[in-house]
Amino acid sequence: MPQPSLVTQDLTVRFGGHVAVDRVSCAFTPGELTAIVGPNGAGKTTYFNLISGQIRATSGRVTLMGRDISGLSPSARTEAGLGRAFQLTNLFPRLTVLENVRLVIQARERRGFNLWTMAMGHRDLIEEAEAVLDRVRLTALRDQNVSALSHGDQRKLEVAAMIALKPRVFMFDEPTAGMSVEEAPVILDLIAGIKADPAATVLLVEHKMDVIRSLADRIIVLHNGALVADGKPAEVMASAVVQEAYLGKELTDV
Amino acid sequence: MMRILSGDSPKSPVLAVLLALILLALAFAPFLFPGSRSLETAARICIFIVLVASYDLLLGYGGIVSFAHTMFFGMGAYGVAIATARMGTGYPALAVGALAGMVAAGLVALLIALLSLRVRAIFFAMITLAIASAVAVLVSQLSAITGGEDGMNIRIPRELTPAFRLGEVMGTGINGKILNYYLVFFCCLALFLLMLRIVNSPFGRVLQAIRENAFRAEAIGYRVVLYRALATCLSAMIAALAGSLFAIWLRYVGPATTLGMEIMMDILLIVVIGGMGTMYGAVVGTAIFVLAQNYLKTLMGGMSEATSALPLIPDLLSPDRWLLWLGILFILSVYFFPTGIVGRLRGTR
Repeated sequence: MPQPSLVTQDLTVRFGGHVAVDRVSCAFTPGELTAIVGPNGAGKTTYFNLISGQIRATSGRVTLMGRDISGLSPSARTEAGLGRAFQLTNLFPRLTVLENVRLVIQARERRGFNLWTMAMGHRDLIEEAEAVLDRVRLTALRDQNVSALSHGDQRKLEVAAMIALKPRVFMFDEPTAGMSVEEAPVILDLIAGIKADPAATVLLVEHKMDVIRSLADRIIVLHNGALVADGKPAEVMASAVVQEAYLGKELTDV
Repeated sequence: MMRILSGDSPKSPVLAVLLALILLALAFAPFLFPGSRSLETAARICIFIVLVASYDLLLGYGGIVSFAHTMFFGMGAYGVAIATARMGTGYPALAVGALAGMVAAGLVALLIALLSLRVRAIFFAMITLAIASAVAVLVSQLSAITGGEDGMNIRIPRELTPAFRLGEVMGTGINGKILNYYLVFFCCLALFLLMLRIVNSPFGRVLQAIRENAFRAEAIGYRVVLYRALATCLSAMIAALAGSLFAIWLRYVGPATTLGMEIMMDILLIVVIGGMGTMYGAVVGTAIFVLAQNYLKTLMGGMSEATSALPLIPDLLSPDRWLLWLGILFILSVYFFPTGIVGRLRGTR
């Protein structure tokens, strides 16, 4: 059994009297794709925000590669090896497709405080960005502004940014939300490609059961902020408690 | 050529011609437009290009609204004045004053940035407004150091004053004032090219990314606060250097010439008219703005006389109404060029 790359220990956040995430302890290992499921409002995205640092935990710890990152800012956590894709598309709308990816690689390579050279002179960053765009098949749109892209292409670009970031832990929050039936498989193929790397830990918040069935090695279920089930997809899906109480009829339908 | 411009081409033939014209006019101003008033205007254009461009670095690239830019400008100017008063006339005093002003501006900017940039952007704007007002009051009260409301006259080395004569080139007498102009011109050119380099560097790209989506920039691993703080410092230091040049050129510094809210408003207007986040907008905007400020009155006087035979029109064109027309010009330009002159020229390419 490989060492876990990401561990949350009693992770909790309260907003006033409401406990959004309630003492969630969970370890994620490289080479594993974990789907995080649960009804709306179960705290899935909040749990993600606690891990990537957009929200500070009330109590509990987040450990990445054996290092406590609970007190770090989002950017420091990214530097430490965490990669986060957002549920609502979150890109630089008035910059080009290429620049969106190039900026990620520039951040990863820590060249942002370079004031004297020309950004376009860093050919290696541009070439790598082009290679990533090629992989996600966005090369034709490289000089378009992101705001001119279709929703599906924007989601693809978000995955491209994750690939460019090369984190140890990939966090996808409903990557196919709002995508058409034809577009979604492209994203899923890309995530499958990421998962194929045995060093990559992948966390995936997803509602679509067919997606979970085809990709997930493990499912954890959140309900009212608490972790209520954790196991192999078949086991969790078969669990009557989970089906009826927390996932509704969706599971049995599929 | 592209190396000098840091790979940032004007991207519009009209803009390229316009920039070349402005550069040539400023480079040969003493010979093309003899006379002290036109030289005064040319020097003011040079200095304001740098001042406005340094504000564009902050606002147009970093997306940070500051009202303290004239304070930094003033720090550079007062640095030179105070150093000269203490150390006596000479180039060392000018250098020490400019350097001290620049360092002080950088430190104050860093302090403001670290205190307020973590919070919301509007908070930063309010803090800068408060500090700038406080400093303006302080400067007018501490008359023992700053000369108070009267300001300070600066005795600069004789080689930079009109009293120093060198001879004649192309029918124009070369004196120290012209040497002084070229000091201003070349320093401003170098500072502008430096800023062009900064905005096209990896750092400049991060600033644009932060302006577009700070949340995202933070998420992909950029420490937004540090980038914003550095941008604030750089912008303040360059503004201070522009202030030093202004003081050397005018041989005078006072609250109204450097610290006033009117100048802050002028800077804001020029950035918006020229085009935010373009750098070249500062050049075109400043040239048009300063020319209008200085010559619209004269132009209107001429037009008013030329139309004296007609009813009403001479009254409308009376030189006394120049501010009204300047205001109308601004409203029209903001209405028709919401992305500024440079944005417009690049967009309609």
